[in-house]
Amino acid sequence: MEGLLSLAVKAIFVENLALSFFLGMCTFIAVSKKISTALGLGISVMLVQAITVPTNNLLLSYLLAPGALAWAGFPDVDLTFLGLICYIGVIAAMVQILEMVLDKFFPPLYNALGVFLPLITVNCAILGGSLFMVERDYNFAEATTYGLAGGFGWALAITAMAGVREKLKYSDIPDGLQGLGITFITAGLMALAFMSFSGVKL
Amino acid sequence: MAQTKRDLLIDPLVDNNPITLQVLGICSALAVTSSLEVSMVMALAVTAVTGFSSMFISVLRNQIPGSIRIIVQMVIIASLVIIVDQVLKAYAYEVSKTLSVFVGLIITNCIVMGRAEAFAMKNPPIDSFVDGVGNGLGYGALLLTVGFIRELFGAGTLFGFTILPTVNNGGWYVPNGMLLLPPSAFFIIGLLIWAVRSWKPGQVEEREYKIQVVEGH
Repeated sequence: MEGLLSLAVKAIFVENLALSFFLGMCTFIAVSKKISTALGLGISVMLVQAITVPTNNLLLSYLLAPGALAWAGFPDVDLTFLGLICYIGVIAAMVQILEMVLDKFFPPLYNALGVFLPLITVNCAILGGSLFMVERDYNFAEATTYGLAGGFGWALAITAMAGVREKLKYSDIPDGLQGLGITFITAGLMALAFMSFSGVKL
Repeated sequence: MAQTKRDLLIDPLVDNNPITLQVLGICSALAVTSSLEVSMVMALAVTAVTGFSSMFISVLRNQIPGSIRIIVQMVIIASLVIIVDQVLKAYAYEVSKTLSVFVGLIITNCIVMGRAEAFAMKNPPIDSFVDGVGNGLGYGALLLTVGFIRELFGAGTLFGFTILPTVNNGGWYVPNGMLLLPPSAFFIIGLLIWAVRSWKPGQVEEREYKIQVVEGH
């Protein structure tokens, strides 16, 4: 249990997907103009992340890893090279299913999050989460925690960024830095601030 | 299409750079630029994937049904990335370890999808290939610039060779450690964008709010 808690804290603060691995930067920069939209996108990312990382973990341990097909009578088969295409397939399918489920059973939530869901398929934070899970050999419990916490960290970062940008638009910024430039510099300062969490252990 | 192939290739380098103007593919630009060698491998990988994926998608563009085009594009891109990944693991194992997940993340690199969607779906294969390579090079140019700055001033080396002998090794240069840390990439790209936009004022974004000087007080 403590292991999982410390993993969660690490995934949220120390190894924040957005600010220390720069994943999902395109959407992070593009959709962080208003707090409300940023929050909506953040929650969708968390939701999708929490579903896809454990799913990909199961996929890896029962289909792709070397020897994983032993239950089907093929102990020598190693399908890890197919990993990338499977993970992205799972993500695309999950996003599609989630969209349909939300549309059918939770229409208000669908109306709030609907526009972001297609964007999420190509959000590198989602695929990145799955790839980190593979690289670090997480088991199922760890993968679930990592997915949820990683998504939460990303949501936290984009919401904070949107808060800063809402104030920033009233300030007098040099012409060339206007828009994209100043956003990058702000993100850099935020990343520096998040670095102060490094070394925190629970 | 009035654009010549030369325009297609040159245009994305500065005038229509995928990173500074189209805001595409930033994730990997930030993460892999701490040394020049890694940046170069990444730039080459992305250029290859963008070029070929644009070409294949363009070949198939009349056969792909509109409703499932994203998935078809995804499959083509993912297959190309798997090839690149396997090649890197075979011939440049050390670099592929450093790049870790970022090779896989080329799949979700918005440049590849963006060019497939915006250009390759409407244009013939050769043009699409040139456009893909051009955008890959535009991305690569920015990546190499950032990698150059970070490695030279952060560690005093270029491609691993010592250029500025650092204090630790008996030289005179005190390396700027912050440049090796991730946040510095944000600052460098932000400043590069500033530089490019001062050079080409046409790229400056509109202000949302104008600051007015009220006279007569």
